[in-house]
Amino acid sequence: MAILDKLKDGVQRELEGLEFVIGWEQGYDPLHASPLFIRTPGDIDRLIWNPLCVHNLASYLPSLKGRRVGILLKGCDSRSVIQLLQEGLIKREEIVIFGIPCRGVVDLSKIKSRIDTSQMRAVSLMDDAVVIEIPQGREEIPLDDVLATKCLSCQYPTPLIYDHLAGEVLPPQRPTEVLYKEVEVIEELDVQDRLAHWERELDRCIRCYACRNACPLCVCQDYCAAESRNPRWLSQRAGVSEKVMWHIMHALHLAGRCTDCGECERACPMDIPIQRIRRKINKEIKELFGYEAGVNPEDTPPLYTFKVEEPTIQEREW
Amino acid sequence: MPGMEGTELRIIGFLCNWCSYGGADTAGVSRFKQPTDLRIIRVPCSGRVDPLLVVKAFMEGADGVLVSGCHPRDCHYSEGNFYARRRLEVLKRFLPFMGIEPGRFEYTWVSASEGARWQKVVTDFTDQVHALGPRRNFGEGNGGGDIR
Ligand code: SF4
Ligand code: SF4
Repeated sequence: MAILDKLKDGVQRELEGLEFVIGWEQGYDPLHASPLFIRTPGDIDRLIWNPLCVHNLASYLPSLKGRRVGILLKGCDSRSVIQLLQEGLIKREEIVIFGIPCRGVVDLSKIKSRIDTSQMRAVSLMDDAVVIEIPQGREEIPLDDVLATKCLSCQYPTPLIYDHLAGEVLPPQRPTEVLYKEVEVIEELDVQDRLAHWERELDRCIRCYACRNACPLCVCQDYCAAESRNPRWLSQRAGVSEKVMWHIMHALHLAGRCTDCGECERACPMDIPIQRIRRKINKEIKELFGYEAGVNPEDTPPLYTFKVEEPTIQEREW
Repeated sequence: MPGMEGTELRIIGFLCNWCSYGGADTAGVSRFKQPTDLRIIRVPCSGRVDPLLVVKAFMEGADGVLVSGCHPRDCHYSEGNFYARRRLEVLKRFLPFMGIEPGRFEYTWVSASEGARWQKVVTDFTDQVHALGPRRNFGEGNGGGDIR
């Protein structure tokens, strides 16, 4: 049975005991999927599964605590759920997880940088290519060229937690070495050039907070420190230092919690490469504490705990 | 001493009430000579120092920031500085990535009786920040950094 049929079958069987199941459906154009809330058996037919199903649906879960819902998760998405469980932000017994072994999802901005999709007529998805029909003809793009960056170093194609798995367990297919490639590019710059780089990139930020809203681990909602007036971490000033402050705030609030799902960067309307800021912290956390967020529900995030002797921290001598 | 030569930089110190603030006081009472660039903010515990306080100080134009608390195992609240150590270490490794030079931020431990150690910490840190000079903040210049 194909993955989609297995998913539909599983949802069909579980739906009765659940308020709804969250999945994806075809969106407003052939390239976009949208989140789908399946409430009745009639909705099940709208479900889709393909490399356009980019959204990390786990972002919905914290606000649904206390309700019984089902959810479809890719490998990376499952890490968000594990992290949320670790922090007690959701309850395992309240959710039914339909896991999907995943070969990667696309990055729409990579597609759009290659072809003008404004006039596209149809999109078809093959195993290793995306075919887009535009007025000038058919454009076939190899899937690997337009996969989301996170997919190119994916170590968890099969969800780490699930009740039903739609398909066979898929072992990791991608190299680990490329994970920090974008971070290293910046580390190789002089400090002054790094400042200039972030100044230029983050100056585009309009502080819409889409990055925050898409982040499954950003759970404070109306109590976000970015919008608090007392203490006033950020002002209404439009200068770049406020924008930098926002990103450092997000990154530090995610320190030891970020599962590298990439939703922040995907949601950004200004195409700012912000995930690498979070990745840099992930890299340091890994080096210091040997910890990767969202892998084991029994773990404690490293900044929620300590050791009396910290063998990996070299304190400065005076 | 830089501060005394009229070239003061803006250096912020977050000192815990129980140890380092006392240490700075001891140094003062003992009349140890110290540079005057450091502006001290007294906090209840190094564990109170949200790393964002450090970042905010930089965004508001600080040239250097120092956090000092009780030595590990000596925290007035038993474990505040253990948490602080992890957070501040992550922060210290992260700030240079954003373009804030290594050396502009340090954290350390000074007890209330260690007036001489305080004098050394504040002098060395001030010298270190002076060696880097005034900091160019975000939005205060342009150019460079092209990686695309
Ligand atoms: S910071 Fe970005 S990559 Fe990390 S968990 Fe949040 S949305 Fe995902
Ligand atoms: S989504 Fe983009 S523009 Fe909006 S606040 Fe985040 S980085 Fe800034």
